[in-house]
Amino acid sequence: MREAPPGGKLPMKVAVCIKQVPGTTEVQVNPDTGTLMREGVEAIINPFDLYALEEGIRLKEKYGGAVTVLSMGPPQVESAIREAISYGADEGVMISDRSFAGSDTLATASTLAATLRILGPFDVILMGRQAIDGDTGQVGPETAEHLGIPHVTEVKMIEGIEGNRITLHRMLEHGYLRLRAPLPILLTVVKEINTPRPASFKGKLRARQVPIKILRAQDLELSPEIVGLSGSPTRVVRVFTPPRPTGGKVFTGEPKEAVENLLRTLEEAGIPLKCRNGS
Amino acid sequence: MVEWEEKHQLLIETAREFNAKEAKGFLEIMDRENRFPPELPLKLSQYGLLGLKFPEQYGGAEMDSLGAALVIEELAKVSPAIADFLVSIHASTGVILQFGTEEQKATYLPPVAEGKRIPAYALTESEAGSDLAGIRTRAIREGEGYRLTGSKLFITLGGVADFAVVLAITNPDAEKKHRGMSLLIVEGFQKGKEEDLMGLRGLAVSELSFQDLPVPGKNLVGKENEGFIHIMQSLDGGRIEVAALAVGLAQGALDEAIRYAKQRSQFGKPIASFQAIQFMIADMQTKIDAARQLTYYAARLRDAGKPHSREASEAKLFASDVAMECVTESLQIHGGYGYSKEYPIEHLFRDAKINQIFEGTNQIQRLVIARNLLEKT
Repeated sequence: MREAPPGGKLPMKVAVCIKQVPGTTEVQVNPDTGTLMREGVEAIINPFDLYALEEGIRLKEKYGGAVTVLSMGPPQVESAIREAISYGADEGVMISDRSFAGSDTLATASTLAATLRILGPFDVILMGRQAIDGDTGQVGPETAEHLGIPHVTEVKMIEGIEGNRITLHRMLEHGYLRLRAPLPILLTVVKEINTPRPASFKGKLRARQVPIKILRAQDLELSPEIVGLSGSPTRVVRVFTPPRPTGGKVFTGEPKEAVENLLRTLEEAGIPLKCRNGS
Repeated sequence: MVEWEEKHQLLIETAREFNAKEAKGFLEIMDRENRFPPELPLKLSQYGLLGLKFPEQYGGAEMDSLGAALVIEELAKVSPAIADFLVSIHASTGVILQFGTEEQKATYLPPVAEGKRIPAYALTESEAGSDLAGIRTRAIREGEGYRLTGSKLFITLGGVADFAVVLAITNPDAEKKHRGMSLLIVEGFQKGKEEDLMGLRGLAVSELSFQDLPVPGKNLVGKENEGFIHIMQSLDGGRIEVAALAVGLAQGALDEAIRYAKQRSQFGKPIASFQAIQFMIADMQTKIDAARQLTYYAARLRDAGKPHSREASEAKLFASDVAMECVTESLQIHGGYGYSKEYPIEHLFRDAKINQIFEGTNQIQRLVIARNLLEKT
């Protein structure tokens, strides 16, 4: 952690990790490899990451500093990075190498952590709570562990930063947890945290012109066995679309009548209707 | 124009995104409720569409006249009222930009670009419309500043404005009336009743009044007693923008007509398959394209620093007439449904008429064009 000048605020160095995902839920699965078939499907920035990006831009606006956007993936992710710049990120870094192909969450986190270490130190690292394609929600926490810094998931509000401490609201099922944590920190955010701004005209113009930094495997000095497929212990056994439940019956009419019909149907189907208290 | 410059292309895209994501919601409030939506300036600012022509240091994009016209055209396809919000802002800030001091620019322009303050341009009075030199509002010298007395009518954004650029008589004894008027930046004025207009609704068009209102001397825009001349020098830009608004409005009306004609079936087939409809559509697009090229041509002349007064008037005259024709034809294609508020053509029809009237009536435009030709030869 960089030392803040006495009584002074330190401009925030913020990193936002984004993922390019298919812009639809209708992606087909390759039956042979169990991987997603992305060809011909429009790619978008993972929606949760847009909230992380917006929060990063807000931190910059409030405390000064700069926002660096990182994305790991094939060369196409450049378009996601440029889009992020059009929203207000200052610079973009693409982490791309053939040897990264097939990374699971562990290998991805190792690679992201190595990148963040080289580009950093960052005060705040932001990610979306999960990606809408893999839906694991693991990369954030794993990256923080690799970096040896604390992390908080499901952040729904950043109350503020004072000196070296950040105050957060973490979303729970019934309410939220207000907590304070030291910087540097990695946060994954939920969509309740903000409303992302639109890309501005000037942002778009900048996004076309700004050079994107590209980091390859050799730049990260990672041993080959921890990146890509060889660094990925996860084995996908089978990916399939679960059969959609068919049939079903909707009970209409007055609530009393509908409930009676429902109960009768359940009884006829041999489903026991006894509650725990025996009634 | 075979291909757009990158900045123009991005500007068009940005305006289209605004139309797709934001315009409808604002339009409801503006047209139905005749209410100015307070979030509109901030939202436009987020898209980077406010203060486009300002220099970078004042929060702008140093956009040229063609770029401004393209944005206005694009916005007007869906919401001519939102497009006119930009036209109005460009007019009031335009004179500050062109004739104002550095201090005035630094004070008044950045908050406009950020969507935090709204300017109005207060020229028209009850007895002074086309004959602007007939204004009665007076600013009497008092020490370092002025005392302003009078009232202004039909001021776009007047009801929500934080400041206004006001034309007032500063030398009642001037031999020629138009040599005795000045432009002043005025705050703290009284806002009168808001007009309930036929179209371009929700822009808080209001009366403004001033009673012995003190105005600091540093708020004089340009030279004292040359306000009328300054306005004449800056009119052409506004006319190009109104032309662009009319082009967009006309295109929006045609787009709606085409959409409707393809889905509406009569006699067993879509009405778009009938030649009667096809000819109307073909005529409309031809005229719109001609109006568009006149508009872009005037903007390009302006951007090149060449004389463009006649061309700006031609564009404004022709485009606003085309807009009126197109909304009439489009509504005709819509038949009875077009007469209902269910379809956008209903408000486009009402929004069109004013384009033949404001920013110099089309009769005034003809005078400008004719004089320009007659004086030259």
